[in-house]
Amino acid sequence: MTPPARPGRGLHPAVMVATVAGALVAGAALAGCGDGSPSALDPDGGPARHVASLWWLLLGLGGAVYAVVAGLIVASWRRRAAGLDVNRFVVVGGLAVPAVVLAVVGVQTVRVTGEVFANQGRTADVVVEGEQWWWRVSYPGTGVVTANTIHIPTGRPVTLELRSEDVIHSLWVPQLAPKVDMIPGQPNQLVLDARHPGTYQGQCAEFCGLQHAHMRFVVVAQKPADFEAWLDARRGAPPAPAPGSEAEAGRQVFLDQACSGCHRVAGTEAEGTDGPDLTDMGSRASLGAGTAPNDPETLARWVRDAPSLKPGVLMPPIQLSEEETQALVAYLDSLDPDSGAP
Amino acid sequence: MTAVEEVRPDVRPEGEPRAEEERLAAAWEDPPGLIGFFTTVDHKRIGVRYIVTAFVLFALAGLMALGMRAQLARPDEHLVGPQAYNELFTMHGTIMIFLFNTPVLAGFGNYLLPLMLGTRDMAFPRLNAFSYWIFLGASTFMLSSALVGQVPATGWFAYVPLTGPQFATDRAVDFWGLGVVFIGISTTAGAINFLVTAQKLRAPGMALHRIPLFVWSILAMALMVVFAVPAVTLAAGLLELDRLAGMAIFDPQLGGQVLLYQHLFWFWGHPEVYILFLPAVGMVSSIIPIASRERHAGYLWVVTAFLAIAFISFGVWVHHMFATGVPAQAAGLFSAASLVIALPSGVLYFCWIATMLLGRVRFTVPMLFCAGFLGIFLAGGITGVMVAVLPFDVQVTDSYFIVAHFHYVLNGAVVFPIFAAVYHWFPKMIGRELSARLGRWSFWIMVISFQFTFFPMHVLGLLGMPRRIYTYEGGLGWDTLNLVVSIGGAVFGLGVLLTLVNVAWSWRRGAPAPADPWGGDTLEWSVASPTPEWNFAAIPVVDDVSPLWVEGGPVVAAGGEDEATRSLGVEGAEARTTPITRGLEARPAGTMPIPGPTWLPLCVAAGIFVVAFGALYRSIPVLVVGAAAGIAALVWWLWRTEEDLR
Repeated sequence: MTPPARPGRGLHPAVMVATVAGALVAGAALAGCGDGSPSALDPDGGPARHVASLWWLLLGLGGAVYAVVAGLIVASWRRRAAGLDVNRFVVVGGLAVPAVVLAVVGVQTVRVTGEVFANQGRTADVVVEGEQWWWRVSYPGTGVVTANTIHIPTGRPVTLELRSEDVIHSLWVPQLAPKVDMIPGQPNQLVLDARHPGTYQGQCAEFCGLQHAHMRFVVVAQKPADFEAWLDARRGAPPAPAPGSEAEAGRQVFLDQACSGCHRVAGTEAEGTDGPDLTDMGSRASLGAGTAPNDPETLARWVRDAPSLKPGVLMPPIQLSEEETQALVAYLDSLDPDSGAP
Repeated sequence: MTAVEEVRPDVRPEGEPRAEEERLAAAWEDPPGLIGFFTTVDHKRIGVRYIVTAFVLFALAGLMALGMRAQLARPDEHLVGPQAYNELFTMHGTIMIFLFNTPVLAGFGNYLLPLMLGTRDMAFPRLNAFSYWIFLGASTFMLSSALVGQVPATGWFAYVPLTGPQFATDRAVDFWGLGVVFIGISTTAGAINFLVTAQKLRAPGMALHRIPLFVWSILAMALMVVFAVPAVTLAAGLLELDRLAGMAIFDPQLGGQVLLYQHLFWFWGHPEVYILFLPAVGMVSSIIPIASRERHAGYLWVVTAFLAIAFISFGVWVHHMFATGVPAQAAGLFSAASLVIALPSGVLYFCWIATMLLGRVRFTVPMLFCAGFLGIFLAGGITGVMVAVLPFDVQVTDSYFIVAHFHYVLNGAVVFPIFAAVYHWFPKMIGRELSARLGRWSFWIMVISFQFTFFPMHVLGLLGMPRRIYTYEGGLGWDTLNLVVSIGGAVFGLGVLLTLVNVAWSWRRGAPAPADPWGGDTLEWSVASPTPEWNFAAIPVVDDVSPLWVEGGPVVAAGGEDEATRSLGVEGAEARTTPITRGLEARPAGTMPIPGPTWLPLCVAAGIFVVAFGALYRSIPVLVVGAAAGIAALVWWLWRTEEDLR
């Protein structure tokens, strides 16, 4: 089979150039991305590491298949093979070789599936409930409830029980583990297994309504001792603000105004559970599940007009004077069990 | 068996009128003007109408995509806002799947099936008209949501409970749910029509192994539609029962099952991908042999691959639900099926490559788009294998990796072949040539900008960017890539626009097209461009899968005296009839009269349209009026007199 070469039309190089250019752009951007990225390719947790190594295998195999088949396609434009045995060509190229590649992929699938879904069916260490549009996080047996931040100890698998009472959400921390949906009426489990202390970005991955984009959270992995300290600091009620302080005035605003109808602060009459528990509000990094940073200025805007920051949020605008607002902000900032002093 | 008497076609110099043409025109021409427009049952007018309507919707959904990309071009952008963004992505997906891709392929199927099969219309011409009017009605119904400011914003998949009565309190979801039930009627009626047409109306001698591959792809697609579409109709219908009648089928608070909806939806949803894909590869399999001047290599392999894809596609739906907590063992089965479905695609690739190796490829504009398809679908198929891998899928599902994957498949592997088909068959449909120069520009802009639009989305997904978010914070490594994607998308839109301009301009001003501009091999190229209303004056007799490439060209049948053969010849066409054939070998078996222009399909469709609005506004009187009108028209339609039954 010696097909005569024939002139091309200048097409094939351009197709390749286009493909390669796209790959280069993407590769460059990938290389340039900083530490802030919740990249599945920069994994820390056990399941995510297994998946990342599986990805590199898939990319390698896929790249090889692409190169070979694309090469054949381009060759078929430049050459003729008059005596080609079509049946053999199809059986070998279209069935046998792909079957071998798929068998390799299949075996790896089974292996990694075992690794990723290991440690299932244990008692929950943390219960996370998806809400429109935030995360309720509680630690069974400790009474500790917080929101939008999941603290876990490093070095051991931590089982999360995932629940939802409203719509479907999905909990995804790409650097730690693949996502698992939170389905009303069907609790699911997810095992996180962080190796190193650090803060890992997470986000809701199932469309859950208007503010799906602002349903973010962080997982804070800590050394076991630090994690225990963090948890202990939240057991029981926070100390009451010093008499006469601005925070004490703020506490009164909190209890008198609508706040306490929806929010809880342990040790006060505020027992609302529709909104996030605010017992450790002062220690949180963000407002509105990752919508805005938790600094006094933004918090002041949030308590008066949350929808201006997060349109559609269920928390309504609240009429507060400037003085009341400052006092309330001071109170909420004081609810920080990690600061060491009330 | 009835013997077919064969004659050589009567070849005369072009332009010389034939005596029978006036009689044929009298038998086949629609009434002039608007009356003809509303009453036609001509599969060609209906097919073109499907394609034009679908392309209008395609342009609209494309503009919606550009709106989304403008919003996502930069982090923390406020251009569009959450409500509008959610409406945009919901309607973009809904239109592209339900109102563009499915109908545009139905349009090509409609136009081409009778021509490729060598018959004078579809098996049920009035049902065909009805399918189109339903499609138009359902599209109008869904889009009218914008007029009342209640545009669906819960995703093209409309998962419960977000779409249930508790969380979606206005009528937006009803526009979607009733619209989906509505359009399902059209798709199903169309599929049944395709199935029967390809079974009963093949030209004499067109045995199963001589059916053109595009027809096979439509057959496989229609089989899938018949089994898959009821599932989505059920999903949307039960959702509407929850919403309109207060049932609690999907309400977990009252013991309903949330995941049942997803199972029903994806039992249709995954076959749907192949419902779109198969006719597209059927187009590719029609164009590559013509561009290569070589018969399709491995015809039997290709047909088997089509049918295998159609069959296996029903065993993969759970891979859309791997993150819902399906037990790993059960998920493993669906993971395996999702891997195996790559094999038929591998077979298809090697058949295409073999065809091109055996032949000599000419890069006409249709072939350019097919080449783009070959490169892009290869990548989309490979990422398809990746997302079939259970542990990898749960990592990237609902991220931009998936958005990238399915745009490689639905845009690269479906829209590119559709563009190829537009360039390939426009001369046949309209009788004019498209500009090849504009076509090449359009192709190159599209194929290059495609890489910049969709390739980076893979990376974004791996970098943790979820789908369906209207904005994102800067500094997560997503900023540059999103800007690249947005610019790429705008350029892609420009490429699409060039083809739309090309079509609009050439429709009236293009150079007149010859009957067979490409040197085609199937029967549609044996008739004039544009196709005469009666398709074939005398029905061709087929003894080859590429009848036009047989030495001497196709012979045509002469009419006989008996019921089985009287419609084969010109007299059959003059009597507005077409032959019915039977058996694997397609032997003449009867004569089918083709109904004339009629208002009935439009009336039934209009009745259903009114019913949909009645259900939407929960108005019993409107519902009753619509149903009564529709049923009355249907009874009229189905009424048979003794004369008919004779």
